[in-house]
Amino acid sequence: MSFLRKFVDSVKPNFSHGGKYEKFHHLFTAFETFLFVPETPTNGTGVHVRDAMDLKRTMTVVILALLPATLFGMWNAGFQHYKAFGMDSTLFENFLFGLQKTLPIIVVSYAVGLGVEFIYAYFKGHSISEGYLVTGLLIPLTLPVTVPLWMVALGAIFCTLLGKEVFGGTGMNFMNPALLARAFLFFAFPAYLSGDIWTDLSPEAGHQVIDAFSGATSLVTFDKSISQLPSLWTMISGIEQGSIGETSFIAIMIGAAILIFTGVGSWRIMLSAFIGALVTGYLLNLIAPASNPEHSMHLAPYLHWFMGSFAFGVVFMATDPVTAAQTTKGKWIYGFFIGFFIVILRVFNPAYPEAVMLTILLMNVFAPLIDHLVVEQHIKSRLKNA
Amino acid sequence: MGKQIKLKKGFDIKIPGAPQKQIGHLQPSKVFSIKPSDFRNFSYKLSVAEGDEVVAGQSIIFDKERPEIFIPSPVSGEVVEIVRAEKRRVTHVRILADKDTKFKSFDVPSSLSKESVKETLIGSGTWSYLRQRPFDSIPDTDSEPKSIFVSLFDSSPLAPDYNYLLKDDLADLKKGLEVLGVLSGGKLNIGVSLATEASLYQGVDATVNTFDGPHPAGNVGIQIHHVDPIRPGQVVWYVAPQDVVIIGRVFNSGKYQAQRKIALVGSEVQSPQYYTVVSGQSIESIVSGKTTDAPQRIIQGNVLHGEQTTKDNFLSYYTNQITVIKESVEPELFGWALPGFGKLSLNHSFPSWLMPKKVYNLDTRINGEERAFVVTGEYEKVLPMNIMPVFLLKSILAGDIERMENLGIHEVSEEDFALCEFVCTSKIDVQNIIKQGLDLLRKEG
Repeated sequence: MSFLRKFVDSVKPNFSHGGKYEKFHHLFTAFETFLFVPETPTNGTGVHVRDAMDLKRTMTVVILALLPATLFGMWNAGFQHYKAFGMDSTLFENFLFGLQKTLPIIVVSYAVGLGVEFIYAYFKGHSISEGYLVTGLLIPLTLPVTVPLWMVALGAIFCTLLGKEVFGGTGMNFMNPALLARAFLFFAFPAYLSGDIWTDLSPEAGHQVIDAFSGATSLVTFDKSISQLPSLWTMISGIEQGSIGETSFIAIMIGAAILIFTGVGSWRIMLSAFIGALVTGYLLNLIAPASNPEHSMHLAPYLHWFMGSFAFGVVFMATDPVTAAQTTKGKWIYGFFIGFFIVILRVFNPAYPEAVMLTILLMNVFAPLIDHLVVEQHIKSRLKNA
Repeated sequence: MGKQIKLKKGFDIKIPGAPQKQIGHLQPSKVFSIKPSDFRNFSYKLSVAEGDEVVAGQSIIFDKERPEIFIPSPVSGEVVEIVRAEKRRVTHVRILADKDTKFKSFDVPSSLSKESVKETLIGSGTWSYLRQRPFDSIPDTDSEPKSIFVSLFDSSPLAPDYNYLLKDDLADLKKGLEVLGVLSGGKLNIGVSLATEASLYQGVDATVNTFDGPHPAGNVGIQIHHVDPIRPGQVVWYVAPQDVVIIGRVFNSGKYQAQRKIALVGSEVQSPQYYTVVSGQSIESIVSGKTTDAPQRIIQGNVLHGEQTTKDNFLSYYTNQITVIKESVEPELFGWALPGFGKLSLNHSFPSWLMPKKVYNLDTRINGEERAFVVTGEYEKVLPMNIMPVFLLKSILAGDIERMENLGIHEVSEEDFALCEFVCTSKIDVQNIIKQGLDLLRKEG
């Protein structure tokens, strides 16, 4: 690969200070460091050797963890489509259909979001961080497969500008940018993000949508009557309708295992959110109205884990280290309240069945406060031991 | 009997070039140098001028604020050059050594009392081997430490093995420890590891605390934190093991003899081992002909906390180790994306966690670019202290002195945070931030 290195070295002076394209310096650096880990040595006043881990690798790990959910989501988009038309389809056909529909969404999300980052880097003269590598994939996975591409673009712009860059870029934002984009789209264009939008119903020559087709997700069903919920296996495997990446509990848990194993995602947050939902679900069981056995308060607590985007949100969104609580104790509290509020909102506010996104954004806002309390307590305990 | 303290947090970086148990001899260097920059918060004044003749133990520079504290000459000879940098700041006082060293002699007290010990330490210039936490500076002669700490082991990468180094100096070591015991008023704490031989401290009147765990267990700051933590307004003194030997030697012989043993280690040293040197000796005289031809970095101290130096520089006052490692010169294609066999990381996305015994030949590559704080919970894994590292760093960056104090800035030194800097995914200069905080605290606190 030395010819590649030679090429990079030959164009490099143009982008350095005083060069023809000096303004594009950070853009160039972003591409150069993508290809090559630079030889830049430590500065001689601190440590002389460094751990091999960097932010590019951190983000790569998250993308790897998202892959099972992404691939399953693609397959499921095709499966749901053919199922709605009552057609038989092979695994490959399902996947191909899903790929056709989801790839443009992913491409638009990356192209627009990274475009905004590049423009920002150009005008503001700061380096391009790796944060969007993950955000760019998270946005599509939280959207239904039927989402128009212009909305994806709008979401990506909103996310990068108002979710991140106004605060100073990756590491400075206080709310999860991808979720912010999702919430923005949800409230700005409710017609596109609620109702019968979960399955792609683009016409198939010679076929009609079958009569038994219903566009309701498990969350909608759950609010009406819990006995009508799909089977446990349906919810765990994720062969049901929903946003592209959220449906399969199994695929998400493979991702969770990768995140926990590499330490990139906090197991404390994940575990305590699961516990929070379980405990809350159980408490609701205790006070559920006996007169109405179909009421959502009667739901077996653990089922909350498998419904809607609970697992996806908890594993991939709540654990975003920038917007989550940062102290060890804080992570437990933060996670627990996420589980708690998701269940409370789901059960008591049927207008917004998709409580996960709103809850995590809410807890993002509270995370600094949680940390503050934990740090104050730490200071007090230090003074006591003085 | 002291405490038994088990530390879980930390990390031992395994790199090649550990020292063989062998002590080599060197051609003595002709010129020696005293560097005012070796001493923290020391406003130096020159006691000598170019052309002066000095004997070993005579004052070369002294502290303007505390004139009784001076830095003694390691050798006898002629002051040949006073090297100055911008603003006439003195960087080196160079002394051309005599063939046979002439010593200034001191009266050694026949019975040790706090007063007589103090007087001898100040009079011989060896007071300069005492250092205090916070700030790592030479303590005031009229201050009272909470206690005095000596860590008899070094856990940092490729560190000298004190069991081996000190075995020929037991008499001086024990005298030195006895002196420190008297000076501390019976509050001397010795830190040892499970591997430390009891012969090093047997018969010494001190509290011996055992620390079991990975680096930074050997750091005196970590030991102080677990045995006798520092709160605002308090100071603890500490002395490094070979500096204790030098102090002991003064009390045993009545002479200031500044020889010590250093470990010459690292991947670029052909046969890593120990050498007997004299404080202030030229680096050239130590490393010349003993390293490979590869692009290399010479470090006074270890790879985590040492200071980069060059062959034309001189051995620093407190140095016990010189490390020579590969300098990073080659960019690496897709380095962040490959599986990364042969790369060392605490993160499990690299296979190095499967091979905890494997030795990694690390060069000076940063392995990434500096970013804002993103990943959390990393520093906590390598800092065995009840301190919240990221919040402390943020309070320093915000310049909030009260919060820094509340979060424990008094207890820390850069070296305690070196592993935090090593593991940092965002490649933040953690040690520099800590230094910045300590400087701010000293100025305004």
